Amino acid sequence: MAELFRQFDIIGAFRTTIYLTILSAIGSLLIGTVVAIMRVSPVRILQLLGTSYVNVFRNTPLTLIVAFCNIGLFVNLGLRLANPDSPTFLVDNNLRLAILGLSVYHAAFVCESLRSGINTVPTGQAEAARSIGLTFTQTLRHVVMPQAFRGAIAPLGNTLIALTKNTTVVSVIGVAEASYLMADMIEQRPDVLYTTFAIIALGFVILTLPVGIVVTSLSRRLAVKR
Amino acid sequence: MSEQTVLFDAPGPRALRRYRIVAGAGGAVSLLVLAWVLLKLGQKGNLSGAKWTPFLQPATWTEYLVPGLVGTLKAAAISIVLAGVLGLLLGAGRLSNVAPLRWVCSVVVEFFRAVPVLLMMLFTFALYSNNNMFPPSQLSLAAVVTALTLYNGAVIAELVRAGVGGLPAGQREAGLSVGLTEGQALRAILLPQALTAMLPALVGQLVVVLKDSALGYVITYEELLNKANQVGTSLQNIVPAFLVVAVLFIVINYGLTRLAGLLERRLNRRGRTAGGAAPGAPGQEPVDLMRVNTETG
Repeated sequence: MAELFRQFDIIGAFRTTIYLTILSAIGSLLIGTVVAIMRVSPVRILQLLGTSYVNVFRNTPLTLIVAFCNIGLFVNLGLRLANPDSPTFLVDNNLRLAILGLSVYHAAFVCESLRSGINTVPTGQAEAARSIGLTFTQTLRHVVMPQAFRGAIAPLGNTLIALTKNTTVVSVIGVAEASYLMADMIEQRPDVLYTTFAIIALGFVILTLPVGIVVTSLSRRLAVKR
Repeated sequence: MSEQTVLFDAPGPRALRRYRIVAGAGGAVSLLVLAWVLLKLGQKGNLSGAKWTPFLQPATWTEYLVPGLVGTLKAAAISIVLAGVLGLLLGAGRLSNVAPLRWVCSVVVEFFRAVPVLLMMLFTFALYSNNNMFPPSQLSLAAVVTALTLYNGAVIAELVRAGVGGLPAGQREAGLSVGLTEGQALRAILLPQALTAMLPALVGQLVVVLKDSALGYVITYEELLNKANQVGTSLQNIVPAFLVVAVLFIVINYGLTRLAGLLERRLNRRGRTAGGAAPGAPGQEPVDLMRVNTETG
């Protein structure tokens, strides 16, 4: 087992997995919040755009989105997200394209989580905010959103766990994270297939289990008492 | 879809003017983005007729896309059926009175929920091929089905548990009081009701299965994405091919999502959602099964 850790950079691969998870989580939270606000806004065309965003990206396989980021956006359309002169250009570029794909896909789920959070805020809160003269933006910023985020912690946490696991999909475009390493290990050391799977699977259990526990306790503690 | 909280008043003349400005700006920005995308696509020749006409010819469909679609649907159909059976068994196991059985089922469910489907697929693919467990032509299908079954079986087990947990306690008690054992009450009274209430969530799970079957791309299973790649490489039109396949996926999955919503509304009208109580009944929060189901593929 120790020999496997010496032969392969298992820790490094999981570091990439964590890096992908954190950056994509931030990216999807930003995009998802904007889309959620569009969906609850009073302007019809924004609602329509937000709904189409969710329907398009929630119903497309992540594999397709990630593969498209590389084959479509980079190879065919020439989108570069890293310095082309850098010696590590391909690696950096694929990593950033992967983060882009993951963020865009999970933003749809973040949006739906936030909307379910907004639905936990009683109508009276928004009505009270409006009756003291707050505008839509003020109502959202000071009254509804702070409560909605607290009510949305459980579904947001589920999305984060799903995101952690879905980072494996970006091995499709050659980003060297945990599942890419596992494919490599299976090829080079077919004799230790079970150990390989056990190590990598355990890594994901270690990554996702604490998140689940923290999210459950946070969603209980932070839920707005009514 | 639940009723949306209304965050704004009926607009007056000034607000209406503001809405129109925002709508105009939003529309303009989205049109600009669309124009830019089309421009970029056009610059690389992706909009020329030659790249798109293959999709009007029957050969592209009969040789690539239809077999790909059949591959995707076949893997999804087998997986959802097997996952349903596995989920029912694991879910019933987690509700059992026998503590060791409950623990084993809990560990199995938590493990398969925590392990990414792709890892499972890579592992089973290697396992099957090392041990020659399947003929080479069925190898990748077997790996895709196994991985999807184990993951979705675990998710469905949780749905079963949530569905049974959402039933009023009186159902089980009534069963016991007429002399049924715990197991009989579960089988004859609780599970049938829970399954009916779960139906929309199960259809929703089918969307997850369909999307995840695209992971078969990695282990060269001949599904839709793989076929799109083949079309794109042989005809030099990878971007149109991906877009066409994306549309196919979106149409199928959107249809299934709508079906799930329809089922949910019908069951709601018959008062047979999980929880069984009228919505808003005091002290009983209806279990939102779709919420359990938000885990993404």
